[in-house]
Amino acid sequence: MTQVLDRPVELKTPASPAERTARRKALLEWIAIHSLGIAAALFFTLPFVFVFLTSLMSDDQALSRDLIPHTWEWANYRKVFDTPGFLTWWKNTLIYAGAGTVLVVLSSIPVAYALAKFRFRGRNLSLMLVISMMMLPPQVVVIPMYLFWAKQLDLSGTLWPLIIPLSFGDAFSIFLLRQFLMTIPNEYLDAAKVDGCGDLRTLLKVVLPMAKPGIAAVALFQFFNAWNDYFGPQIYASENPAAWTLSYGLESFKGAHHTDWNLTMAATVLVMAPVILVFFFAQKAFVEGVTLTGVKG
Amino acid sequence: MATITLASKRRRSGLAAKRRKKALRTAAFMSPWLIGFAVFFAYPLISTVYFSFMHYDGFKPPTWSGTKNWTYVFEHYPYFWPALRNTLWLVVVTVTLRVLFGLGIGLLITKIKTGTGVFRTLFYLPYLAPPVAATMAFAFLLNPGTGPVNSILEKIGIPAPGWFNDPNWSKPALTLLFLWGVGDLMVIFMAALLDVPKEQYEAAELDGASAWQRFRFVTIPNISPIIMFAVVTGVIAAMQCYTQPLVAGKVASGVIQGAGTMFEPGYPERSTLTLPQLVYNLGFQRFDYGSACVVALVLFALSMAFTAFLMRRRGGLIQAGD
Repeated sequence: MTQVLDRPVELKTPASPAERTARRKALLEWIAIHSLGIAAALFFTLPFVFVFLTSLMSDDQALSRDLIPHTWEWANYRKVFDTPGFLTWWKNTLIYAGAGTVLVVLSSIPVAYALAKFRFRGRNLSLMLVISMMMLPPQVVVIPMYLFWAKQLDLSGTLWPLIIPLSFGDAFSIFLLRQFLMTIPNEYLDAAKVDGCGDLRTLLKVVLPMAKPGIAAVALFQFFNAWNDYFGPQIYASENPAAWTLSYGLESFKGAHHTDWNLTMAATVLVMAPVILVFFFAQKAFVEGVTLTGVKG
Repeated sequence: MATITLASKRRRSGLAAKRRKKALRTAAFMSPWLIGFAVFFAYPLISTVYFSFMHYDGFKPPTWSGTKNWTYVFEHYPYFWPALRNTLWLVVVTVTLRVLFGLGIGLLITKIKTGTGVFRTLFYLPYLAPPVAATMAFAFLLNPGTGPVNSILEKIGIPAPGWFNDPNWSKPALTLLFLWGVGDLMVIFMAALLDVPKEQYEAAELDGASAWQRFRFVTIPNISPIIMFAVVTGVIAAMQCYTQPLVAGKVASGVIQGAGTMFEPGYPERSTLTLPQLVYNLGFQRFDYGSACVVALVLFALSMAFTAFLMRRRGGLIQAGD
């Protein structure tokens, strides 16, 4: 009862001038911050909006300076899918991203686990080498790698040179997973050992269920790396259009339709859309991954 | 006596067996990476050094050429110095702006009280746009003829630049593209800013510190490791910058691209050349694998210098130990 009575009394007291200026200041600050927020939101959003609007313009209008379509040409999207090769690029990208993700996760988990939880000589050195590999531009080793795949194994023009290396662990994934596994308390592992679990059983039954968010982050990053990869397909697949991926194909699509901004932008939307859709389903894993890489290990 | 020595002997051999088992276990768990390291890092790196001293066009067997490739790249290859200058420009200007902008957006998002989730998602989405798609989008948005940006600029009476078609504006246009994708930095700055202890702000306020002083003397010292992390990883990313300048240059120049098309790199006027593009140009367009390896090694030296900085023993940002 007293609580109910206390409140109106408090409210009835006229606000002191100091309180009023403080309140006004807070309101002004709210307005300033949110105006800035809206300005920033426009900067980040408008490119998407203009790309989407252009993708719906007629061929003629796409060559004009109009911003909004007169007629909404949804058929542009069908035309993109009808372009020879477009569906093949999708298939190839899904194979590269899908198979690559499974292989990277499977091969990186044991390495990350050893680096996070085993004590052995050369552990710090190994970790430093993993980080060095992570920082290495792919161009540094591409000449010998290309000669190896193309001249010795005769596999250029296929997706194999892109997929096979992913079965041997990926430096970024190992590092990210290791960061994640470090946060699992050793007590769980000791308890498993007391219960008679071997290393493999501990990893499978105790650690992996707890590391699900970390694994999800690694899988997502790997999937998008493959989706976004341009350099790899350019080196190994460019000579054979049947092996092109979306990222590589999209650029040559612009070459083939060099005046058709509407179709090019429709294709661009179709390459961006899956990434953004997946993000909405897996926001947490993503943001967690980004923060983990930015935090001391 | 005898039984005791026997027992200790057995215990000792048991320990050795255990140690051997442990070493085997470690090797088994590490094996994917050990193979990967040897085949995809150590071997090609040594080969790159080897080829940098060889003349090799991919057809005739490689022949020893001494330091010819090195003098060719440094003294006669007209793209090397412009590419190095552009790369350094990206490292200095783009990285600085990206860190400042990322910090600003991170601060803004921690202050926004209404609709935080929506704002955060909108700020983050461009980071996810595939680089080729994002570059195509910007090449369209900023194209001087029909691009919406110049249409709007001209409507409000601002002289519109040529962006990717003007050597003075192509790097700023690239920077704009990189600023658009600042979502990753926003997330790590946001996490760092929320971790700054509230008491320190309260104490500073009691001491009569202004908003700027609180930012300067409380926020900055607390998040400085993250600022350093953003700078160094940004520098490494800038040195690897490949896809965006290449695609922007190709699209802006209107080149009809297809397999095997010769393309003058760095359009316009070498202003978008970066070091990684030279490896491609020398190796896969000119079939001069030896000289391509020289550029690759320059790139390697630069990356490793920055990586070493990232992992310095004291004050290093990524620490190996636990």
